[in-house]
Amino acid sequence: MNAQPSLVGSPRDGEFRLLAGGAWTAAQAHALEPLIDRVSPHSLPAVIDMTGVTAFDTYGAWLLEKLLRKHLARDASLTIVGLAPAYQKLLAELHGTVPRETPAPAPRPGGLVAPLADLGRRISALGHEVLPFFNMLGATALTLVRIARRPFAFRFTSLVHQLDRIGWQAVPIILLITFLIGCIIAQQGFFHFRKFGADMYVVDMVGVLVLREIGVLIVAIMVAGRSGSAYTAELGSMKMREEIDALKTMGLDPIEVLVLPRILALVIALPILTFLGSMAALYGGGLVAWAYGGMSPDIFISRLKDAISLTHFKVGMVKAPFMGLIIGLVACSEGMRVKGSAESLGAQTTMSVVKAIFLVIVLDGLFAIFFASIGM
Amino acid sequence: MQEPPAYSQNIIEVRDLVVGFGATTVLDRLCLGMQRGEILGLVGGSGSGKSVLMRTIIGLIPKQAGTIRVFGADLDRLEDAERRALERRWGVLFQHGALFSSLTVLQNVQFPMREYLQLSERLMEEVALAKLAMVGLDARDAAKFPAELSGGMVKRAALARALALDPEIVFLDEPTSGLDPISAGDFDALIKTLQATLGLSVFMVTHDLESLHTICDRVAVLAAGRIVAEGRLAQVMQSQHPWVQSYFLGKRGALLGQRITAHEGG
Repeated sequence: MNAQPSLVGSPRDGEFRLLAGGAWTAAQAHALEPLIDRVSPHSLPAVIDMTGVTAFDTYGAWLLEKLLRKHLARDASLTIVGLAPAYQKLLAELHGTVPRETPAPAPRPGGLVAPLADLGRRISALGHEVLPFFNMLGATALTLVRIARRPFAFRFTSLVHQLDRIGWQAVPIILLITFLIGCIIAQQGFFHFRKFGADMYVVDMVGVLVLREIGVLIVAIMVAGRSGSAYTAELGSMKMREEIDALKTMGLDPIEVLVLPRILALVIALPILTFLGSMAALYGGGLVAWAYGGMSPDIFISRLKDAISLTHFKVGMVKAPFMGLIIGLVACSEGMRVKGSAESLGAQTTMSVVKAIFLVIVLDGLFAIFFASIGM
Repeated sequence: MQEPPAYSQNIIEVRDLVVGFGATTVLDRLCLGMQRGEILGLVGGSGSGKSVLMRTIIGLIPKQAGTIRVFGADLDRLEDAERRALERRWGVLFQHGALFSSLTVLQNVQFPMREYLQLSERLMEEVALAKLAMVGLDARDAAKFPAELSGGMVKRAALARALALDPEIVFLDEPTSGLDPISAGDFDALIKTLQATLGLSVFMVTHDLESLHTICDRVAVLAAGRIVAEGRLAQVMQSQHPWVQSYFLGKRGALLGQRITAHEGG
């Protein structure tokens, strides 16, 4: 079955006789192809004798067909003899396929133009990156207004379900991470502040840093990675399987049914998680102060009372819902941009997390400027 | 019911197959044989286990008991390498195509070639394009991604991929479902042509009475976990099994029955 294919040609009796043998099959195609390429149309009429061919499939048929076409293109004749009737059918089938010309790739600008064109394309693509976000913001705001007019239409069950998933179920991991961050900040504080006897100020640092910045930032980044990615993947795969189109045809607004409960859940859950996270971080800080810094819990608490005020707490908490909004908008808009392929689902999910974390940090910076200017 | 022919003639031989999920038994001591070069149509109600049978034969679902022989080899007794070599000799068309969504149609067809054959890039492209042409897709479709294709084109592209390595058996899971009658008819004709030219054996799970009539050499009916009738369509229609009766004597079946009787008589 798997005999090496062969093709030997010699002029004889006023014709060029090609003697074919062996297996003309997929497994032998790599050996057969150079043999076929070597045959060039002869001035004599050519005859190919296929009697010696032991096995023949589409690959062999295609190579034979190629040989035929090569002769045809140069007005040379090639006659096939000794091909079994079953194989003739296969050859005829391939012969019926139109001579293909590979579609020419679009001409690419060369020289200096290419990098410039590339730059232009990238910049215009950047605009397309921003657009869906504001699109989603607008659509959500509109839906919110519509819902406010007839509140009974709101998907309350869905909201509670999302709150459970992204709020309640996130509590253990958020507590653990923020607790550890609190411990690390306090330990680093003691280690370095001790050199110039400023142990007491570690409590100020932990309190202010955690309540104003670290608590909300860590929680937002965690939520973007944990829940934002889940939102994008969910909506994306629903988009892929036309579930979103199905919703639309049933007269339902996907923004109202899918997006709004998700975003609202984030806006509600993020302040709660931030509060819990901040408390866990302070607890971690206190624990390290006691175990590593030799500061008794009583002193830590009374020092904390002096160091922080309600303002610090408010600064952190005010930011939280906005961070939730940003994460939700990015996650949902990226989910809606998923195209048909599995690859695009992966790409958009990555994009969702990266963008959400980036925007959360940018927003934090803007808030820092804002609070500094109003003196908070 | 016919006595299944001896082992040697059958390219697929299933004996006493039992498959179940949890407490439910889907296939219960099922026996089925398929001969080389024939088109076997497997019919049965929704949820009767047609796809389960097909997926068990190709090894996607584990069986609980029984033997499956393909090309005369018992699938349980094969080494990994032997099994892989055997799997190259069959091609599968899944119900929804299962084309790789991140590859173009051409790359999808080339994928098995790239894995299993040492071919030059040029030959691989030519053969893949020829295969696509055989199933009725042109070079412009070849450059498209699966998401850009219509349902019928997905089936055609998936068939081209199933045929990429010139298999001896193709398994088709509802090849004409979701196609309009004209496309379905074309697809049937295509399968018939390919079977004739490539010498394929075709194992076809189908619901399509038209396909059963026009292209299937033999029909097997699956009900209650067993093959309840097997043979040429006219023979199967004589079966007294209640499901077979209601299937072929239903509104659409009755029409077919008249045509077959007319055909057999003339």
